[in-house]
Amino acid sequence: MNEAVLVTEGLTRYFGGLAAVDGVSIACERGRVHAIIGPNGAGKSTLVNMLSGDLVPSSGRVTLRGADITGVAAHRISRLGIGRSYQKTNIFLPFTAFENCRLAAQSRLASSMRFFRPARAYRTLAEAAERALAAAGLDARGDMPAAALSHGEQRQLEIAMTLATEPEVLLLDEPLAGMGADESARMVELLRGLRASHAILLVEHDMDAVFSLADRLTVMVNGAVLAGGSAEEIRANPAVQEAYLGEA
Amino acid sequence: MTNRHALIVALSVVALVLLAALPAFAEKFYVQLFTKILIMAIFAMSLDLLVGYTGLVSFGHAAFFGFAGYLLALVTPQYQAASLWLSLAIALAGSALLALAIGALVLRTSGVYFIMVTLAFAQMLYFLFHDTKIAGGSDGVYIYVRPLATIAGWRPFDLENFVHYYYVVLALAVATFLLLSRVLASLFGGVIVGIRVNEHRMRSLGYPTFRYKLACFVLSGTLAGLAGYLATVQFGFVNPDMLGWHLSGSVLLMVILGGMGTLIGPALGALAMLVLEIAFQALPVVGAVNIGKHWQLLMGGFIVLVVLALPNGLIGLLEARPRREEVFRE
Repeated sequence: MNEAVLVTEGLTRYFGGLAAVDGVSIACERGRVHAIIGPNGAGKSTLVNMLSGDLVPSSGRVTLRGADITGVAAHRISRLGIGRSYQKTNIFLPFTAFENCRLAAQSRLASSMRFFRPARAYRTLAEAAERALAAAGLDARGDMPAAALSHGEQRQLEIAMTLATEPEVLLLDEPLAGMGADESARMVELLRGLRASHAILLVEHDMDAVFSLADRLTVMVNGAVLAGGSAEEIRANPAVQEAYLGEA
Repeated sequence: MTNRHALIVALSVVALVLLAALPAFAEKFYVQLFTKILIMAIFAMSLDLLVGYTGLVSFGHAAFFGFAGYLLALVTPQYQAASLWLSLAIALAGSALLALAIGALVLRTSGVYFIMVTLAFAQMLYFLFHDTKIAGGSDGVYIYVRPLATIAGWRPFDLENFVHYYYVVLALAVATFLLLSRVLASLFGGVIVGIRVNEHRMRSLGYPTFRYKLACFVLSGTLAGLAGYLATVQFGFVNPDMLGWHLSGSVLLMVILGGMGTLIGPALGALAMLVLEIAFQALPVVGAVNIGKHWQLLMGGFIVLVVLALPNGLIGLLEARPRREEVFRE
């Protein structure tokens, strides 16, 4: 049994009177992919937003390596070792792919209040950015403005930037969204390669990808956990078939 | 380096040589006009650091400009000269502290609210000096003797001499340009541009964006203070208009007219607005119409024309294609 790195207990978030996420308890382990699936509006993105600090939970707890990080601000969460990618591509379009990754790597410095030395003189940042680009399969695209990359490449850049922050936990919100078959296959390979060294929380609609990657699945419906277990258990669960897989 | 880039560098060098040689061939009026243009160029560059690079549209930048001027007026004895070094240090430190205090509050807002709150703070300062007896109230106050620059008894230059003063201002304008170029190429520069492009992602990458915006606001306010100090030395006079929204609007226009997100653009904007103001005012009376008297009408037309024809500002004349950043800005 691997050690649980990121754990939630009874995590809940209300929007007005509606519980978008309702008492969710899950755990992410190093070397494992934990997939969250569920129909649109199930609360998957809200859950990720609470883990990344973009949203403050209404109640419940989040712990990282046993330390309570509930409601901690997004920039601190990132520095604690939780990196996330976004469902809607969220990169710096005017910058080159390399500059995007360098800015991400730069965030690991204790401070960027450095006003005089040119940014390109920092060799270690450039190397970290090159490593992240290579890890995401974008080494040939470093000098391209992010806006000129294809949709699939922008999704890869999204991952590359997250990797450049050297996180221990990866929160991936629909990394395959809008990708063609070839691009999806490459991304699945990329994620498979990241599994050994990270604890991965994967939110994804592509069921083939989910079942080929996930070590553990949690099915959410209307904000609550419907079922949790291994891929085989979820596949065989009649409630899941009825509520979710049947529709899809 | 592209051809266009080389052209801009070449034009800048030519402009710098012409500026350096100006007192050799120009009358006093023009030397003083260009002193004023260079001061406004410093002011406009300082504002562009916020507007064009960080994406914070401040409509109260005159607060720092005027406050530094008032500090000089307040530390100058009535009929004696203040020390240049001491009064300049006080004016810069004062505008930096003011920017720190105002920035800590206004940077909690964004967008239209940021525009309104910066304006509100500047107007509070305006009325503080307008409605009280501090430094002559609404009439303002004269500074009869310009600050004295001495280093251990030696006087390297004399600010009462308009040519000396022109060179001091030229040197400071060039220094401001070089300082800002350097800062923008640094790690800090990358962070503030990242904040303009996508502040949310900067936070999720682990940047505490508030403190970077605040540092930028303080740097910008301090340089605006430098411009205000220099303007006060030139005109020997402060009044509450130096803090008013009218001036905040003018300098914002210079930035937009010249080209946001560049350093040369705002300087070009300052040049264009101040030269055109004089050129339009000098237009003759035609029949019953005194054209020069209605120069503001012509200026308005010019601004509309530039905005329509050159969406990147006057600097767009020197650029073949729209800047990459402009093309892809959401």
